[in-house]
Amino acid sequence: MELSAREDTHRRMLRARDEMDRLYAEPLDIPHLAAVAHLSPSQFGRVFRSVYGETPHRYLQRRRVERAMTLLRQTDRPVTDVAWDVGFASLGTFSRTFSNVVGCSPSQFRARHAPVAVPSCFIAAWARPREAAGPARTAVSEKRADGDAG
Amino acid sequence: MTHITSLHIRSVPVLDQDEALDFYTRHLGFEVRDDIDLGFMRWLTVGVPGQDTSLLLELVGGPQHDEATAAQVRELVTKGALGGIFLTSDDVHATYTALVDAGVEVTQEPVEQPYGTDFGIRDPFGNHVRISQPNAASPAEVQDAYDAANAR
Repeated sequence: MELSAREDTHRRMLRARDEMDRLYAEPLDIPHLAAVAHLSPSQFGRVFRSVYGETPHRYLQRRRVERAMTLLRQTDRPVTDVAWDVGFASLGTFSRTFSNVVGCSPSQFRARHAPVAVPSCFIAAWARPREAAGPARTAVSEKRADGDAG
Repeated sequence: MTHITSLHIRSVPVLDQDEALDFYTRHLGFEVRDDIDLGFMRWLTVGVPGQDTSLLLELVGGPQHDEATAAQVRELVTKGALGGIFLTSDDVHATYTALVDAGVEVTQEPVEQPYGTDFGIRDPFGNHVRISQPNAASPAEVQDAYDAANAR
């Protein structure tokens, strides 16, 4: 298959984004994602942003918050467990990020949202918040690393 | 009354028909329905054995798209913004293992849902493929499961 340079770049960025979709609960760092995309770490963030309009960190944050929204809505797992399940190192970081992105606390979200009955991939794609709050960052993950610093 | 009786053919945008044919037949077990060289295009349809619906593995481009539009569509396919089919399996874990062994790109490992078990992959171009094994629950029972979670 012949791909133009731009199409090839897109395909590689999609692989990196899929890696985040798949391994969102793991500690993911830029060097690993850059390797998936066959780019240097310094190029990766810039190219990802040019293709998807946001930094890898911001995309991963939205992915994790979207998963948390689903767990809060569809299960009765404690909020602390949900934070860990979706890849946050601490409850404080999770609660602050969730509130910034969604506009209410995880507990408030759970109280306001009933489970919904359509395939999960559809919910995941459409319930994912569009924007994560806060400035763009170069580090992707705060998981199990720097506690509340994220 | 529309007299419509089936969803017969659905087009999936592909960037290389040989590669598409290999992926959809060898990895997903589709059968070839039509593979006809019309001269101006290759009419290539595949389908799940025993099922009526076909996929048209349609090369992006051609006279219906000007060059700039074709380039845009190709870019959208490769960044994962187009396409997407939903399949069912009667042994989702076996399907998953076979596809992983074949080196197919996985977007999500099998996950248990109220309606069954499903996972996600990409075709070689970036189209999303979701494969699900529905459980025996009726739609009403699935809704009951969600309602029970809601009533906690």
